[in-house]
Amino acid sequence: MIAIVDYDAGNVKSVEKAIEKIGAEHILTSDPEQIKNADAVILPGVGNFGDCMDKLISRGLDKAIKDFAASGRPFLGICVGLQLLFDESEESPGVPGLGILKGKIKRFPGGDDLKVPQIGWNDIFSCRGKLFEGIEDNTFFYFVHSYYLEASDRSIVSSNASYGVTFDSSVESGNVFATQFHPEKSSDAGLKVLTNFLKFAGEV
Amino acid sequence: MLTKRIIPCLDVKDGRVVKGINFLNLRDAGDPAETAAAYDDQGADEVVFLDITASADSRDTQLSWVRDVASTLFIPFTVGGGIKTTDDFKAILREGADKIAINSAALMNPDLISDAAMKFGSQCVVVAMDAKRIEGTDRWTVYKNGGRVDMNMDAVEWAIKAEKLGAGEILLTSMDADGTKAGYDLELTKAISSAVDIPVIASGGAGKLEDFYTAVEAGASAVLAASLFHYKELTIREVKEYMKERGISVRL
Repeated sequence: MIAIVDYDAGNVKSVEKAIEKIGAEHILTSDPEQIKNADAVILPGVGNFGDCMDKLISRGLDKAIKDFAASGRPFLGICVGLQLLFDESEESPGVPGLGILKGKIKRFPGGDDLKVPQIGWNDIFSCRGKLFEGIEDNTFFYFVHSYYLEASDRSIVSSNASYGVTFDSSVESGNVFATQFHPEKSSDAGLKVLTNFLKFAGEV
Repeated sequence: MLTKRIIPCLDVKDGRVVKGINFLNLRDAGDPAETAAAYDDQGADEVVFLDITASADSRDTQLSWVRDVASTLFIPFTVGGGIKTTDDFKAILREGADKIAINSAALMNPDLISDAAMKFGSQCVVVAMDAKRIEGTDRWTVYKNGGRVDMNMDAVEWAIKAEKLGAGEILLTSMDADGTKAGYDLELTKAISSAVDIPVIASGGAGKLEDFYTAVEAGASAVLAASLFHYKELTIREVKEYMKERGISVRL
C-alpha cells in the first residue's frame, strides 16, 4: 500500500490520479500512523516552503516522514516535496526543512528572458538511477518553481536541468527519491518515472 | 532549456465541448476528457478549458467534468469561467485542475488574486485579461464580462497590479485581434510581457504558422489558440516544427 501524504498542499489529487492510472493500490492520508505503516510513501506538494513545513508539523507528519525515510522503505518527494527533504530554503529563511538530505534550496536568478517562476517543459540531462530506467537524456518534464536545489552531496544527484543556472532536478539516495519536476503532469515520460518508482517499491 | 508552450483552448458548455470539433476517431468528440487527451497525443503542452455555461447552478456539472479530465489527462490544465471565490478555487483544484483562470472576478475583487495565491500558491492563479486598444494610441484598456464592459483601466497597469497581488501567469487576449486570424496583437504582447516578470500567454488572432513564432518573439512564454486547432487548420505538431526550424525551443 502506497500512502500519498495529504497535507492540504495542492497537486495531491493529480498525483493520486496518476497512481490510479498506473494501477497501484494507494491511500490519501494525513494520519502519521498510516504513513508509518505504509509500504511506500509519496510526498507531493506545491506551495511555499515555510507554509508546507508548518502544515506537516501541525499534523505531526514531519516526524512520521523522517522515520519512514530512515526505515529504508521507498519514498518519493515531488516538487516542494523534494525541497522539504533538505535543510533550508531561501524562500523561508530561518525555517528548518526535514533535513533528511543535505543541501540548499535557492532562488532562480531570473533576468533577461528568464521569467520566475519557471513554468513549463524543460529537458533534463545526466539522468541516472532507478527512476530513469528507459528514459533518455533530454526528455522533457513539466516544472513549476521559483526555487531550485543545490545538493551538498553530489553523488545523490540523479538528473540536472538548466534555467539560467544548472540545477539538480532529481535525487536518489538509497530508498529516498525526489524530483523537482512533476511526473504526474509530464505526460508519458512522467508516468514512466512514476511506474519506475512503483516497480522499485514492488507495487506494480 | 525551457520550451515555449503551445496551448489549445476548449470552450465547455453544460459539460460538453462546443465549437467545431473535427477530431477523428473520437468515441465522443464533445467529451472534455477525450478531446483534451487527443490534444495531449498531438503534443499540446497544456490545455485551457473555458466554461461558458451561463446558468448559476452548473457547479456540479463543472466539478464532474473536471474530475473526468483529471483522470485521463496527465499534462497541466487550467479551468476558467464563473470562478468567483477561493471556495470555488478549492473545489476545482481538489478535483485535479492545476490552475484557475479568473477574469471579471479579479477585476471586481482584486483581493481574490492575493487570497487565492496565499491559499493555493501563485502557480495556480492565472489572471485572464481581455484588452482592447484605445483607438489611435499605443494604449489598451481592460474589459470585463466577456469583453462587454470597458473598465477604463490601463492594461499594462492592471497586469503589473495582478503580478504584485500574486498572479502566477497572465492569459492575455487581444479583443482587436480575436477572431480575425490576422495574427496576435504583437504590440500588446510586447507591452505586457516586458512590464511583468511572470509568464504571459498570448491569445487571440492566430491564423497561420508565422503568428505563433512572432508572438513568442514579442515576448510571450506561451501561445494559445482555439478554432485553428479545433478545425484542424493547423496541428500542434506543425506549429512546433515551424518554431523549431526557426530556433525556438519546443517540446517535440
